[in-house]
Amino acid sequence: MTRVGVVIFPGSNGDDDALHAIGLAGAEAVPLWHESASLDGVGAVILPGGFAYGDYLRAGVIARFSPVMRAVAAFAAEGGLVLGICNGFQVLAEAGLVPGALLRNRGLRFLGRDVSVVPERLDTPFTRALATRGPLRMPIAHGEGCYYADPATLDQLERDGQVLFRYVAPDGRPASGDERANPNGSLRAIAGVLNAAGNVAGLMPHPERAAEAVLGNAEGFGLIRSLVDAAGERAAATGPVLARAAG
Amino acid sequence: MSSTFRFAVNVTPKAGILDPQGRAVEQSLPHLGVSGVSAVRVGRRVELSVEADDRAAAQALVERLAGELLSNPLIEAFQVEELGAASSLVAEPAR
Repeated sequence: MTRVGVVIFPGSNGDDDALHAIGLAGAEAVPLWHESASLDGVGAVILPGGFAYGDYLRAGVIARFSPVMRAVAAFAAEGGLVLGICNGFQVLAEAGLVPGALLRNRGLRFLGRDVSVVPERLDTPFTRALATRGPLRMPIAHGEGCYYADPATLDQLERDGQVLFRYVAPDGRPASGDERANPNGSLRAIAGVLNAAGNVAGLMPHPERAAEAVLGNAEGFGLIRSLVDAAGERAAATGPVLARAAG
Repeated sequence: MSSTFRFAVNVTPKAGILDPQGRAVEQSLPHLGVSGVSAVRVGRRVELSVEADDRAAAQALVERLAGELLSNPLIEAFQVEELGAASSLVAEPAR
């Protein structure tokens, strides 16, 4: 059975939902404690939402130096699949595992509400189970979600297909200047990015909180499904490597 | 023999980075009846004591911490300041 890990930092609060969503997708959900230097041989890792280490200093920066993040960085360097959600995205950005930074929301307010995003690509381990590039409604819950990178980096991300999700109006029209659609003021309305190799992704919206009909919204489940399917294929292809990592 | 040195690291948003906190402070100034104040940037100050063989070694360590942990070089600039003997270290109150 495919095994997908969820890192638990002190202050994580999306870990239970992420573990549950992985189970819904038919994989074994593996909790990974922040002090663990091993990833227990999992096929993919989710860094969940929350306020790791209280978000002191800057969101994500203290978490970046935890033992488990050294293991996550090594896993990512070997091509392992890593998805950072919300605070997990902030941790990945602070660790330099995805490009850019997440600044204070433009309006300074913490935002907890639904947004619409479109996947820019359907050929990634994080979006492959999505049927269309139509808008997905998912909740956000963050104070620092304003995506920033310098103009040259933004151009390079667009050129190399590293923009994974963009905020849009609910009908799918570009957010351009629409503060309802792009509420944190992210540059180029970027809601999620990929690393250059395409095996690490971060996004601000919470797919795991919109992963089941009983929650009133299952539009985020495709992301979890994608990650579980991709992790299963990767485990089948690179089994001995993972076994060694687990040993 | 090592000595203790006290430093401050002043972290500010880089030029060109939107600083919504600075903007909010600036927008509050008219309420105080203040005009002629602009370009408000809100940052962070971290003070720390370092034990090292000499001043240069202590400063080098602080510079490293400032770049790797206390600031995010993508969005923030930092400046290291050595604090004199009259540092902000609060002595234990006398009993």
